[in-house]
Amino acid sequence: MRVNVIMPQLGESVAEGTILKWHKKVGDVIAKDEDILEVSTDKVDSEIPATAAGILVEILAADGVTIQVGKTIAVIETDVTEAQSAEKIKPLLIIGEPAPPLKETAPVVAYGAPESGVITVSRPHEAKAPSQTDARRFYSPLVRKIAADQGITDLELDRITGSGTDGRVTKGDLESYLAKRQIPAPSAVKVPTPIPVSTATPLIAGQGEEIVPMDVMRRKIAEHMVRSSHTAVHVTSVSEVDLKNVVIFRERHKAAFEAREGFKLTYTPIIIEAVVKALKEFPYVNSSVDGDNVILKHYINIGMAVALENGLIVPVIKGADGMNLLALCRAVNDLSTRARARKLNPDEVHGSTFSITNPGVFGNLFGSPIINQPNVAILGIGAIIKRPVVLEGDAIAVRPMMYVSLSYDHRIIDGALGGKFLQRVAHYLENFDPEISI
Amino acid sequence: MAEVTYIQAITDALREELIRDPDVFLLGEDIGQYGGAFRVTKDFLEEFGPQRIMDTPLSESAIIGVACGAAMAGMRPVAEMQFMDFITTGFNQVVNVCAKMHYRSGFKVPMVIRGPSGGRVNGGPFHSQNPEAWFVRTPGLKVVAPSTPYDAKGLLKAAIRDNNPVLYFEHKYLYRRIKEELPEGDFIVPIGKGEIKRSGKDATVITYAAMVHLALEVADDLSKEGVEIEVVDLRSLLPYDKDLILDSVRRCNRVLLLHEDTLTGGLAGEWAALIAEHAFEYLDAPIKRVASVDTPVPYAPVLEDFFLPNKEKITKALRDLLEY
Repeated sequence: MRVNVIMPQLGESVAEGTILKWHKKVGDVIAKDEDILEVSTDKVDSEIPATAAGILVEILAADGVTIQVGKTIAVIETDVTEAQSAEKIKPLLIIGEPAPPLKETAPVVAYGAPESGVITVSRPHEAKAPSQTDARRFYSPLVRKIAADQGITDLELDRITGSGTDGRVTKGDLESYLAKRQIPAPSAVKVPTPIPVSTATPLIAGQGEEIVPMDVMRRKIAEHMVRSSHTAVHVTSVSEVDLKNVVIFRERHKAAFEAREGFKLTYTPIIIEAVVKALKEFPYVNSSVDGDNVILKHYINIGMAVALENGLIVPVIKGADGMNLLALCRAVNDLSTRARARKLNPDEVHGSTFSITNPGVFGNLFGSPIINQPNVAILGIGAIIKRPVVLEGDAIAVRPMMYVSLSYDHRIIDGALGGKFLQRVAHYLENFDPEISI
Repeated sequence: MAEVTYIQAITDALREELIRDPDVFLLGEDIGQYGGAFRVTKDFLEEFGPQRIMDTPLSESAIIGVACGAAMAGMRPVAEMQFMDFITTGFNQVVNVCAKMHYRSGFKVPMVIRGPSGGRVNGGPFHSQNPEAWFVRTPGLKVVAPSTPYDAKGLLKAAIRDNNPVLYFEHKYLYRRIKEELPEGDFIVPIGKGEIKRSGKDATVITYAAMVHLALEVADDLSKEGVEIEVVDLRSLLPYDKDLILDSVRRCNRVLLLHEDTLTGGLAGEWAALIAEHAFEYLDAPIKRVASVDTPVPYAPVLEDFFLPNKEKITKALRDLLEY
C-alpha cells in the first residue's frame, strides 16, 4: 500500500514548512516513526517521523522547497515486494542535474515554482488515484454512538475483533467487549478521568455518609483541574506588594466613580492593568504549549475567576491590552455581574491567555492556584491587610499590604522568568500614579 | 365467543355503526340487492332499507362526490369501492375535493371510502393493487390498513366516527383466511396508533396489512434459531405511528421495511427517511426494504409469486441484516 507523507501542521498558525534536509533517499528502507527529514517553519525546526514502515519510493519536494501544510511531500510503499520492482521507484528530477534514467513513463511531480529550482511535471497515470490510501474500518452509527458514550477511543475500537460482514464490529461485538473491559485500556495520551462516567456497581452510602452526585459545573471543574495538574508542572512564587498608592487613588475616586458609573471601583481592574503591562514585557507568560512548541499570543485576554454559589467560572476580558483603566473597570463589572447571574455567553468563557484568581476575597493571605488550561500561568491575589512594614531608612509605617502568588508551568517558565514577571506586576502596582483621573 | 373472520369483522362493524348512528349510510356498486361483490353487506338492504343501503351506478367519481356532499350536509357515508383499484376514476374527488374541503371551506367531511385491495389472489393488474401510497401523500386524508379482525373492526368504527375523510384499505387475501375471537361490545382502534404484533430484539420489521402475517411466520421460523424478530404493524398509514417506529428501531438497531405495494415511491421510502433523520445513531446496519417488484401486478400465478414479497425474500433480507 502506498502511504503519503504530508507536510505536518507544526503549530496552530503555521501554514507552510520548508524542507531543510532529507535524511533518507528514494529506495531507502525506513521504520515507522523514524525521522526521515527536517522541516523548518518560521517558528521552529522539527524532525518529521515516517508515518509508516516501508520503502521510500518517491520524494516530491526537494531540500529548500517550501510546501503548504497538508500537501504530500513523499510516498512510502508499505508492501516491500511492490516497492522493490524498480520502475516503482521514482527519483526526484531537478534542473541542473543530469536526469537519472527513468524507466517507463514515470515523470515526477515536485512542488514549488520553476524558479525555485525544481521542475514540475504532470503524472497522468496518477491523476485519478486517491491522495489518501487510508483504509479505515467502517463503524455503524450505532457502534460509533456506543463507543462515544462509553469513552472508547478510535484506537481502542480498532483493536476489537468484528464478527460482521468483512470483520465489521457489530453492536454485539462491542457489548461483549464492554462486558470484559474492566478498566479503560491504557492509551499513550489519555488523560486520567477524575470521575468515572458510570460505575458497574452503584455506590452505596455508608453509615453517616451521604452521596451527592456532582452537577455539570462541578464535573467540568473537576475534569479541568485534574487535566491541568496532569498537563502543567506547577510552581508557585509569592511576592508582597505595598498598595499605598492604589488605596489612595481608590479612596479619592470611589464615591464619585460609583455615583457616575453605577458600580463600585474595585482593585481588580487596577491589578489587571498592571498584569497586562507586565505580560507585554514577558511574552512567554502569555503563551500556551502545543506538543514541543510554544505558541506566543500577540494578544492579551485575561481570564478572571468568579466564585459562584456552587462553583466557579472564568469569564474572559478579550483584548485587555487595548483597554484603559475605565474600560477594564466596566468589563470586570459587566462580566462578573453576568457570571454571578449565570448569563454569560459561551464565547465569553473561552480564549483566555492568562488568568487571575482572588483568594483574598475570603480574607486569605495567598493561595497557590491551579493554572487555567491552556494558559501557562495564573496570578492569585491575596487579601489587602494593613501591616507594619519597614521602609527605607528603617522607619516603620502602617501600609496596606497584599500578597500576590504566581503559579506557572515549569515546562516553559523557569523560576527566573516567573519571579521577574511577578516582581514586574508588583512594581507596577507599587508605582501606580494616584494622581491620574478616572 | 365465536371466532370471527376478517371480513365478518368488517360486516359487524358496519352493522353496529348503522344501528348506533342514524346518520351512517352505505353506498356503492352492488352492495344492496347483491350484498356486495365479496358479500360484506349481505342482507343489509332488507335490514336497513334502500335509504341507508344505496346501490349506485358504475361511477366511482359519482359515488365519492355524493358521499362528500352528504358528509358536508351532516351525514356519515361509507362508500364502497368494489375494488380499491377503481378508486382512481374518483381520484380527483378524493384528493382535490374530500381532502381539501375542510381546509378551504371549514366543512367537516366525516366519510369513509372502503374496499378490498392487495394481491396473492391471482386477480391480475386491475384487481390486486395496493394504491395506498397515492393517498398517503395527500394531506387532509387519513389512511388505514388493518391486518387482523380486531383491528379491522376497531379501525372501521374509528373511521366512521372520525370527522375527516378516511380511506380504509381492506386486504382481500385476509378476508376469509384470518380468524380471531373478538371481545363483546363496542371498541375502537385509534387511528394513528400502530401495534407491536411480536416483540423481539435482534431486528424489527415495520409493515402493515397482509405482510404482517408473512413477517410473523418468518419471525416464528427464525426464533427456532434463537433470533428474536420484532414485528410492528402500523395499522394506520396516515397519520402513522412515528414514535413506535423510532422506538422499535432504537431497541432493535436493525430494520426491515416491508410492504406489498411496489418498491419505488412506496411508503418504505418515507419510513426510511424518518429513521435516518431521527434514529441514525441507533442503526447497526443499513435500512433494508422488501416490497413488490416495480411492475404491474402480473396475472400469471408464477409471475405473481415472483412479483410479491414472500417468506423467502423476507427471510433472506433478515438474514442479510442480522449478518451485517
